[in-house]
Amino acid sequence: MSFFEKVGLRRSRSADSAKERLQLVLVHDRAGISPGKLSALKDDLIDVISRHLEIDTENVEITFTREREQQRLVADIPLAPTHRRRRVAP
Amino acid sequence: MAATIVTITSGKGGVGKTTATANLGVALASMGLRVVCIDADIGLRNLDVVMGLENRIVYDFVDVVEGRCKLRQAMIRDKRLENLYLIPAAQTRDKTAVSPQDMVRLGNELREDFDWVLVDSPAGIERGFRNAIAPADAVLIVTNPEVSAVRDADRIIGLIEAEEKGPGRLILNRVKPEMVKRGDMLATEDILDVLAIELIGIVPEDEKVTVATNQGVPIALDPRTRAGSAFRNIARRLTGEEVPFENMDDHDGFFGRISRLMRAGGEG
Repeated sequence: MSFFEKVGLRRSRSADSAKERLQLVLVHDRAGISPGKLSALKDDLIDVISRHLEIDTENVEITFTREREQQRLVADIPLAPTHRRRRVAP
Repeated sequence: MAATIVTITSGKGGVGKTTATANLGVALASMGLRVVCIDADIGLRNLDVVMGLENRIVYDFVDVVEGRCKLRQAMIRDKRLENLYLIPAAQTRDKTAVSPQDMVRLGNELREDFDWVLVDSPAGIERGFRNAIAPADAVLIVTNPEVSAVRDADRIIGLIEAEEKGPGRLILNRVKPEMVKRGDMLATEDILDVLAIELIGIVPEDEKVTVATNQGVPIALDPRTRAGSAFRNIARRLTGEEVPFENMDDHDGFFGRISRLMRAGGEG
């Protein structure tokens, strides 16, 4: 705790960590998958894709989105930075 | 006019479901509406003591379901408000003594004679909860500004939507404005952001609620108390009236404002 927090001039803001932790835990609650299982899924996904493509395994992101009734698993899988691709006109 | 059946639930225990039910009952009845509160927490009866009617119980809800008495005989009239009634839970039985169909049947029977039927749900997501939401036209979810209570509220919101009882509205209970201001308690906006649900009311932490419960006199009977007035506002919103949400910051005095100015200066 800093001097400013002690004298009440700066917030300790534990509410911020409450919100962040809630948002994380609710992602798993809502999808019905534990953090461990999600991480296993991510590893499997990386294995499978890596067999076909060179990907940036460090930056793979698996998230859930929810729109009304529809839940969606979204995988953001960047290709390896060294991978040179020809730019395609839009 | 047929009654609207509203179930008050939460998932987590101890967040104030029973207090909310009793006070909404009192608040609606004070508006001249005919109200009956049902304690659906079979085996853990409590709405009777919160309403101060524990000494008048002869029959309970399970007696009605099992045909030992007429519905009218299990209805206890409030001491202070003549258009407010309680149907107590059985204390010596468990949740399996009643089925969701029993609840629907009971609710429909009550619809004709009342404007509002309030069902106090037990904690949890099992049989008791299923019973409590079965007859509901609308659901109110009570939570506190705490990680565990909000998480459970999210689970309940999901279950209510799955049962097509949704979307439900949120009562945020036991808010401490001072802690919110310091950033040490989840703010209303944070909770609404996380839960994506409509708010129906914010009830500040108020020691007078404990005093009221000690005496069996629901706080909403006294509109001058902060919690009592918050419950009365929720009741008005329930009836469709547009009542602005209380600004929890209104209560900070001179020092609150000064310290906020200093904080803003320090961080800017």
